[in-house]
Amino acid sequence: MSFLDYAPAPESTSILHLKKSYGLFIDGSFVKGHGKSFSTISPATEETIAEISSANAKDVDAAVGAARRAYDRTWSKLSGADRGKYLFRIARLVQERARELAVAESLDNGKPIKESRDVDVPLVAAWFFYYAGWADKLDYAGLGANPRALGVAAQVIPWNFPLLMLAWKIAPALAAGNTVVIKPAETTPLSALLFAEILQQAELPDGVVNIITGAGETGSLLVNHPDVNKVAFTGSTAVGRAIAKSTAGTGKKLTLELGGKAANIVFDDAPIDQAIEGIVNGIFFNQGHVCCAGSRLLVQENVHDEVVDRLKDRLSTLRLGDPLDKNTDIGAINSKAQLERIRELSNIGEAEGAERWTAPCELPAKGFWFAPTIFTNVSTSNRIARDEVFGPVLSVLTFRTPAEAIAKANNTPYGLSAGIWSDKGSRVLAVADKLRAGVIWANTFNQFDPASPFGGYKESGYGREGGRHGLAAYLTSSAVASAATTRGASK
Amino acid sequence: MTRLAVPKTYKLYIGGKFPRSESGRVYEILSSKGAFLANAAQGSRKDARDAVVAARAAFPGWSGATGYNRGQVLYRIAELLEGRRAQFIDEIRQSEGVPAVAAARQVDAAIDVWVWYAGWADKYLQVAGNGNPVSGPYFNISTPEPTGVVAIVAPQQSSLLGLVSVLAPAILSGNTVVLIASEKFALSAISLTEVLATSDVPGGVVNVLTGSAAEIAPWLASHADVNALDLAGAEALDWISLQVSAADTLKRVLAPESGVPAPSVERVTFFTETKTIWHTKALI
Amino acid sequence: MTIDRAVALAPAQRATDLIGGDLTEKSLRLHLEGLPGVDAVGLEARAAALGTRSIKTTSKAWALDKIIELIDLTTLEGADTPGKISSLVAKAMTPDASDPSTPRVAAVCVYGDMVPYAVAALGSSHSAGRDDGINVAAVATAFPSGRASLPVKIADTKDAVAAGADEIDMVIDRGAFLSGSYGLVFDQIVAVKEACRREDGTYAHLKVILETGELNTYDNVRRASWLAILAGGDFIKTSTGKVSPAATLPVTLLMLQVVADWYRLTGGASGGQRIGVKPAGGIRTSKDAIKYLVTVAETVGEEWLQPHLFRFGASSLLNDVLLQRQKLTTGHYSGPDYVTMD
Repeated sequence: MSFLDYAPAPESTSILHLKKSYGLFIDGSFVKGHGKSFSTISPATEETIAEISSANAKDVDAAVGAARRAYDRTWSKLSGADRGKYLFRIARLVQERARELAVAESLDNGKPIKESRDVDVPLVAAWFFYYAGWADKLDYAGLGANPRALGVAAQVIPWNFPLLMLAWKIAPALAAGNTVVIKPAETTPLSALLFAEILQQAELPDGVVNIITGAGETGSLLVNHPDVNKVAFTGSTAVGRAIAKSTAGTGKKLTLELGGKAANIVFDDAPIDQAIEGIVNGIFFNQGHVCCAGSRLLVQENVHDEVVDRLKDRLSTLRLGDPLDKNTDIGAINSKAQLERIRELSNIGEAEGAERWTAPCELPAKGFWFAPTIFTNVSTSNRIARDEVFGPVLSVLTFRTPAEAIAKANNTPYGLSAGIWSDKGSRVLAVADKLRAGVIWANTFNQFDPASPFGGYKESGYGREGGRHGLAAYLTSSAVASAATTRGASK
Repeated sequence: MTRLAVPKTYKLYIGGKFPRSESGRVYEILSSKGAFLANAAQGSRKDARDAVVAARAAFPGWSGATGYNRGQVLYRIAELLEGRRAQFIDEIRQSEGVPAVAAARQVDAAIDVWVWYAGWADKYLQVAGNGNPVSGPYFNISTPEPTGVVAIVAPQQSSLLGLVSVLAPAILSGNTVVLIASEKFALSAISLTEVLATSDVPGGVVNVLTGSAAEIAPWLASHADVNALDLAGAEALDWISLQVSAADTLKRVLAPESGVPAPSVERVTFFTETKTIWHTKALI
Repeated sequence: MTIDRAVALAPAQRATDLIGGDLTEKSLRLHLEGLPGVDAVGLEARAAALGTRSIKTTSKAWALDKIIELIDLTTLEGADTPGKISSLVAKAMTPDASDPSTPRVAAVCVYGDMVPYAVAALGSSHSAGRDDGINVAAVATAFPSGRASLPVKIADTKDAVAAGADEIDMVIDRGAFLSGSYGLVFDQIVAVKEACRREDGTYAHLKVILETGELNTYDNVRRASWLAILAGGDFIKTSTGKVSPAATLPVTLLMLQVVADWYRLTGGASGGQRIGVKPAGGIRTSKDAIKYLVTVAETVGEEWLQPHLFRFGASSLLNDVLLQRQKLTTGHYSGPDYVTMD
């Protein structure tokens, strides 16, 4: 036998007790939605996991109404300290149910259990812990004394990190004193619905968080609801643009965390073995379904061949397959639609003359899969070097000087993240200064922390999530708030 | 015998130069009583385009200067304004039809606001940024950086104070600006460009277009190489359309304000982007 | 210190092939200092990730046997006696008397003066050049400090080889390395290698102990690993076991990466040279040892999991593996009274 054919090590699903169908979580209880219900499936097997309600206009109205009532009657009257205590409770419950949440996430999303177990869920708990402590310290958030909550926050989140994105949205919103209506992505509603159970366990007052499921239409109804004060969206630039338009002139405070096409820049003095790991982590983490993925590898020309050779060797050791197996490195593509997009863009890459290399790994017969893929001989004008693929596909480009690397890295409408690999501190810092991106990872990649602000430049969106900066998205300074009130009164 | 006056014809201020509008158009700036004060260039969409090119070209240098340097350059402007105090008072008095005392108050307030903002150039970063205590062996810091090219519709009802209150906070951090002056009270803006042209502010950092905001603003709102839009003086325009148009390239948009925006560090940070840098830390 | 000393170094084959015929202190130094740096955080994160592999059922059974086959069962005490050595040898030959299917260890590792007792105790089980026996490894060169003159180190080595040692575990002069005298370290390894030569022209295998706990930085470990390979080492070994930290997974991963680089550089699949790696000291549990197997398999490849390319320098590890093995066979947990002390 080959040792490397590790015997199956499946994570047990016995810890997970799912219902056959889930309603909408409105005003503290699960209610049936009035839209057409849909199935959520496991992308690894295409088997149905549960039946999910869909919220129509009436349901969205009910959810926003519940959030408004909760804001007016309960949440805005609580002390910051008490809001914080609820968040601490939630954080603890997430830790206690961590295994269950990780299994649900991998089942519904297709991501490897080692990622949901070691990255997603621990960060979810960390996010609630971090913001819990802010709830009674908002005077220090940087908006002056007595900053005020905005009111009802409408939040729409993507399918790539379903529970983590929920935490990024809900934790700061509640800490700042807002109430929430949140819509998880239609392909990954499961962990949010388990999270609703956690809110019940935590005895969070009814209506403070409402979770409604559905497709894009539900999301549109939510963000355009007139009684919403704040809109936070994470997802594609196209949808973000549409939301920016539809909320224009409404006075709703908007934060957007959108797409990216990050450059991962490798200089010839890079710590080579760690750079290879960073490249792999940068683009193949979570099947490349990461807005900040290092999808454009910019390699100094004199080390291009060596880097590509080592990268291919390394990719050949990645293990693709059952997301619930503890040894799986690459899980399933989240949906058929996404798989088709990845295939289409990859085919275009080939047609445009880039050289395609695919890691030698067997793809399971059922489910949605795409093997790790590298394109070399890519030009800056190729679509695989410009469009966000949102999949395990890396485009390799070269540069000769730091100035050229910076120019190529910045030559995109996006500006979310970038990576720099070099042993020379002065160069790392100077390059970091010149990159037009919101998160720069130097000699590392894809690191996340609740204390660290995250968000983009240019068409990657605006506003920051995480850290002290993340609070600003859910607060207004007293001065601005009273000015707005005065203006309103004079009209 | 009375002396025959020399009537003034002003031009645009783009890239540190004073070109005529490419459209060849001019309009008359009148006093509050309707008397002719000067001819001003009536900027066009192509002037707006040229101004954006100039602003973009100036961005690397201006944003790359040290905060201390930008602060000094901006403080120098205050000195020059002080030197031309009488001229600004006179222009405001004629344009706005206010008594000399009120005009003087506006000029003094404008200079003081300018000095206040100039002092932020090497400090806003400390107030808006911070180190982040991440759970791992990483150095992690967040600092604000200028957003890029900012298009501004200046307050329309205030000659100098409104202008200064939107211009200074945008440029102190390193942004470069294309500003549409108050159409009616354009004299202060024009005089300010003469101050800027003789100052150490590099050409292209501030570009001033006179003319119709309603005509020019849509071209700036939709321009893909503009990063942010300050609609401070756009209350009377169809500003929602401008905001919708700006959304095509996800510009940062500051909504209109009635009156003169109060000095605030939020105005500075609104036109900045927070950059967070991680670096590994290890002894071995 | 200056680096322009054009001191010629011993013309070891690998070094002259790579760096050039006029091998000097300077050329060696430039070569070592030109190696890519190591980012400690990334290296440790990669090692930790490899450590999360879940090795179950059949894979675990295979791994446990493999660990035994790769052990250098070690005793390196001032209190060692012929009796202690024969007891160690007995354990090496029959690790678990209750289960004859248990494999034998790769070698016993002892001080030089104990070699004759080990050879005698092994009797016909001593490999003495065959593939199917148990090797005798001797630590040499003023182990563990290495603080002795070169003639003493050479004598120490020759003595052990003459007594029948199949493998020599030498220590490098860490003081010389840390002060930048790479050439001195290099020449000593070359000299010890030559001392490993037997009368019939064959050589005892040379393991070069870097004592990574004293080299301190990963950059130093990478340089020392290259230096040891260039000077002719057959194995690079982490530690003496007398200094803390001894073997760690990140250090071993780094040394495996060097070995992979050397293999790639010398031809890879078409005739590349395979250098062995031996983590020693501090590996006490099966769980830890399995992490090393995973790390070897996923970096240099599975073919390195053979006694002539990978060893564990350990003493208490063997018993933990035997307990785990008994658990797998019987289905219930075992206890320390069901394995022999030594």
